[in-house]
Amino acid sequence: MNLGMNLIEVEELVVRYGSMTALDGVSLSVSKGEMVALVGANGAGKSTLLKALSGVVRRAGGRVRIQGLMAHVPEGRQVFSDLTVEDNLRLGAYRSRDRDTSWVYALLPELERTRRQRAGNLSGGQQQMVAIGRALMSRPDVLAIDEMSLGLAPLVVRQLARILTELNQTRGLAVLLVEQSALLAFSLCTRGYVLETGKIAASGTTGELAQSPLLKDAYLGSAGKAAS
Amino acid sequence: MSAFLSYVLHGIATGSSFALVASGLVIIYRVTRVVNLAQGTFAVFAAFMAATLLGAGLPHGAAEILAVLVAAILGLLAGVVAVGKRGTSPQASLIATLGFAIFCYALEILIWGDQPQSFPGLAGSFEYLELEFPKQYAVIVVVTLVVFALLEAFFEWTYVGKALTACASNPYAATLVGIGVVRMSLLGFMLGGALGGIAGVLIAPLSPMSYDSDLSLFVNGFASAILAGLKRPVFALAGGLVLGIVEALIAGYAKASYQSALALLLTLAILVVQAARRPALQGSEE
Repeated sequence: MNLGMNLIEVEELVVRYGSMTALDGVSLSVSKGEMVALVGANGAGKSTLLKALSGVVRRAGGRVRIQGLMAHVPEGRQVFSDLTVEDNLRLGAYRSRDRDTSWVYALLPELERTRRQRAGNLSGGQQQMVAIGRALMSRPDVLAIDEMSLGLAPLVVRQLARILTELNQTRGLAVLLVEQSALLAFSLCTRGYVLETGKIAASGTTGELAQSPLLKDAYLGSAGKAAS
Repeated sequence: MSAFLSYVLHGIATGSSFALVASGLVIIYRVTRVVNLAQGTFAVFAAFMAATLLGAGLPHGAAEILAVLVAAILGLLAGVVAVGKRGTSPQASLIATLGFAIFCYALEILIWGDQPQSFPGLAGSFEYLELEFPKQYAVIVVVTLVVFALLEAFFEWTYVGKALTACASNPYAATLVGIGVVRMSLLGFMLGGALGGIAGVLIAPLSPMSYDSDLSLFVNGFASAILAGLKRPVFALAGGLVLGIVEALIAGYAKASYQSALALLLTLAILVVQAARRPALQGSEE
């Protein structure tokens, strides 16, 4: 693999919460224009990994190198519910200072109608679009999305998936897609990692991973959880 | 009738100062989730400062503005003490603001002594029918309205104002988009300091202030703030005016000493009602 092309490069990452080790020697990479899946059960450490990438949680060991800019779409959307959609987007450009929102509305036309509405009043799917749009406003090279599909209707998930693919193909945006739903993640991404209790349990192309017995368990595992 | 009106007018004037103190509390609380126990201190400090500056020969206006700026810096210092260190819990910050207020007592007594201080405001009154309306009341009301209009404009129209609201709305997401939450918290404290200071320089000509006057200002400001639900500064204006008028009527028709009990009773009542509304077991706020 060409190391110079990697936007995200994680080596032997360790993160601890008190005495609990959340990530234990995790290595992973995302290169330019690539869509990479990170799957695993609840509590495997997926969100922690993203938080470590954006510097929200502290590393206890290992290395994280990010070239260019990574934008983090957090789990649960986390929109600024007291502010309008327009303001949410504009605040996404807090670092880049380029506050022109028109191109994001062009990409996510559905948001245009809700422009003046408070983000807290929108549906889950619309909020997810706001969260993605807000992240795009920072003009990232790589988008890290945490549990994009969680709690959303299948139709909305398909729409979001289409938007991601389009961003990837037309703008060369790299994506690190963190999902509990391996099915969705593997259908979108070319490569993937399986995280299990803080360790990478498997990695490879999504085609290979889908065949592995380990993943068959994961499918059943997540299906079982959804039903309960 | 004329007595009633004059009580109401007096209530509006003092209520305005409660509202200013309350708005500072609201702004700080929204961004930091900390009830700033030093909020009344900013008012006292600014009043003392203005008295000194006026005594030194500075003209009205300049002295008050300078005093408010000093209060803003004091607010910033309180912020550094309370929330300057990332990850300080709101409980620890709360106690830090109390410590800061007590420290200011010492500072004030050291500089100005323990006697009440005042300075003349705008002299004279407007007279209408049998009603007398001190000009200082008009100053208080006009300044308060202008300040609240500016606050609304700040939060509605400016990018920094939106960033402050974003921190209040979702600090985690604010961090992710690159907004420095600690910096915004300090800005909130600075604004709170200025607002407290404005209350202080406006009200001091009506009633002399001593180093411990911050307590009654805080109690009334806090009551106004929670009457308004600790949400928007402009709600605090309504809360402050209601409280000010009711207190003035109580002082007028019943006994002056009852009026300060009202704020405490009201605070207690609202807190009890809100506590009763909450489910008994709650993992986290909101």
